[in-house]
Amino acid sequence: MKKQKLTDEDYPTTGHVWDGIREYDKPMPRWWLITLYLTIIWGIGYTIAYPAWPLISGATPGLLGYSTRGEVAEEISAVNALNADIEAKLLATPMEDVAADPDLARFASAGGSAVFRTYCAQCHGSGAQGFKGYPNLQDDDWLWGGDLTALETTIRHGIRFETDDDTRYSEMPKFGEILEHEEIEHLTDYVLSLGSKDHDTISAEHGAALFAENCTDCHGENGEGDREQGAPKLADALWLFSSDREEVTKTITFSRFGVMPAWQGRISEAQIKQVTFYVHQLGGGE
Amino acid sequence: MSIFNKHKIIETNATLLLVCSLLVVTVGGIVEIAPLFYLENTIEKVKGMRPYTPLELKGRDLYMREGCYTCHSQMIRPMRDEVERYGHYSLAVESIYDHPFQWGSKRTGPDLARVGARYSDEWHVDHLVDPRAVVPESIMPKYGFMLDRKINSDGIEALVKTHRAVGVPYSDEMIENAALDFDAQADPDSDYDGLQERYGKAQVRNFDGQKALTEMDALIAYLQMLGTLVDFSTFEPDASR
Repeated sequence: MKKQKLTDEDYPTTGHVWDGIREYDKPMPRWWLITLYLTIIWGIGYTIAYPAWPLISGATPGLLGYSTRGEVAEEISAVNALNADIEAKLLATPMEDVAADPDLARFASAGGSAVFRTYCAQCHGSGAQGFKGYPNLQDDDWLWGGDLTALETTIRHGIRFETDDDTRYSEMPKFGEILEHEEIEHLTDYVLSLGSKDHDTISAEHGAALFAENCTDCHGENGEGDREQGAPKLADALWLFSSDREEVTKTITFSRFGVMPAWQGRISEAQIKQVTFYVHQLGGGE
Repeated sequence: MSIFNKHKIIETNATLLLVCSLLVVTVGGIVEIAPLFYLENTIEKVKGMRPYTPLELKGRDLYMREGCYTCHSQMIRPMRDEVERYGHYSLAVESIYDHPFQWGSKRTGPDLARVGARYSDEWHVDHLVDPRAVVPESIMPKYGFMLDRKINSDGIEALVKTHRAVGVPYSDEMIENAALDFDAQADPDSDYDGLQERYGKAQVRNFDGQKALTEMDALIAYLQMLGTLVDFSTFEPDASR
């Protein structure tokens, strides 16, 4: 039997009339209805399979036992498991021997680079080039030492980071409270002369005596610096803050020093070794 | 199916339609929102959370005034990449004293939920004064003017009281000493024992390195506290979340 196509006149109307306009009462398209019923069934299934309904002390856990936080933990431990062997090897290897093992060195420098870009780049720069007041790590001018042990200590305990008991600590006095303005001018000239910058020679001669009296305990007799105290080397062309006359005067008058956070406890032991290795191989490692 | 034939009544009565719509929305609201108030596992039980100190609260106000939340979120989502970059995912309990919360929904800049103790105070000053001085690729505006804007404890008691009114458990003692604590936190030479007794491990430092107490002090005090309060050794993940 041939199916007769229904015409508009065959459909009933809802009986509503608005200004003479009537409304058909046509059924919903079948595909639409099926989709609607399927989504309802899927919705019910979903709430059974996944955490959904709130009860008294917690929501229903769902048959699949899914948990957002559990999934992150799993994902992280899966990655950790992949690295477990080489990480254990890294932890068991003394820092000095890491470079000798190509696999280990690759693992350490790749991991260290990731750690560096996450935690260190904001101050030291993404290329470790440093900024005014934040040391450049690519050169061999180190404040607290540039061998592996010294670097690891600095990374672990930070510098002048009060909440770490083993942090590296030293503080330059504010010479503005100790010396006369004129004396500070002389000292500035002497410090500039140490770094071979433009200076007043006569003033610098006065400054030399003041330097011997006040500064040599930390910065050394010839301004060679002291890594035990993190005192910068002054007799070179590298300046942590600036070689501008005004800036040097400011440093002497008010004193300034950086603070680096301690990373022990915040990043893993393996990450500490990785980033130590990474910084060491940037160019200035000793 | 006679009930379905009665829809003409609803369709021709605007007020009834409104009331019925409201009822439907109410059911949805009750099902989705109400359980959060009584479910015991909504808010994690951890040690270390405390109300913000008066100075941090002021810093938080400045954070909102400057619209930091429009570019910085404070919500580390439970995903591996976020956890590896920013630290442990945020817990509900970490926003418990936030009115309003600062989760944010846009990350033009990085998430700040755990920015505390990550950088030095000097870095924060340098960075707020000129972000490009330390992060050349940054597009953050400069906030150096905050170094020049002095603040004092005027109105701080009222601010703390307001937060108590909306549910933050500030004690009478905290409110009485709000002005004292406000000044003490940025002055390492002050008598800050009371402050630390009242507010766990509150950090006391001259945050901006200047003599005067400025907006910069308050903002950095707030930033340096973010994400540092919870003791994660006391956190046990709940299996169903």
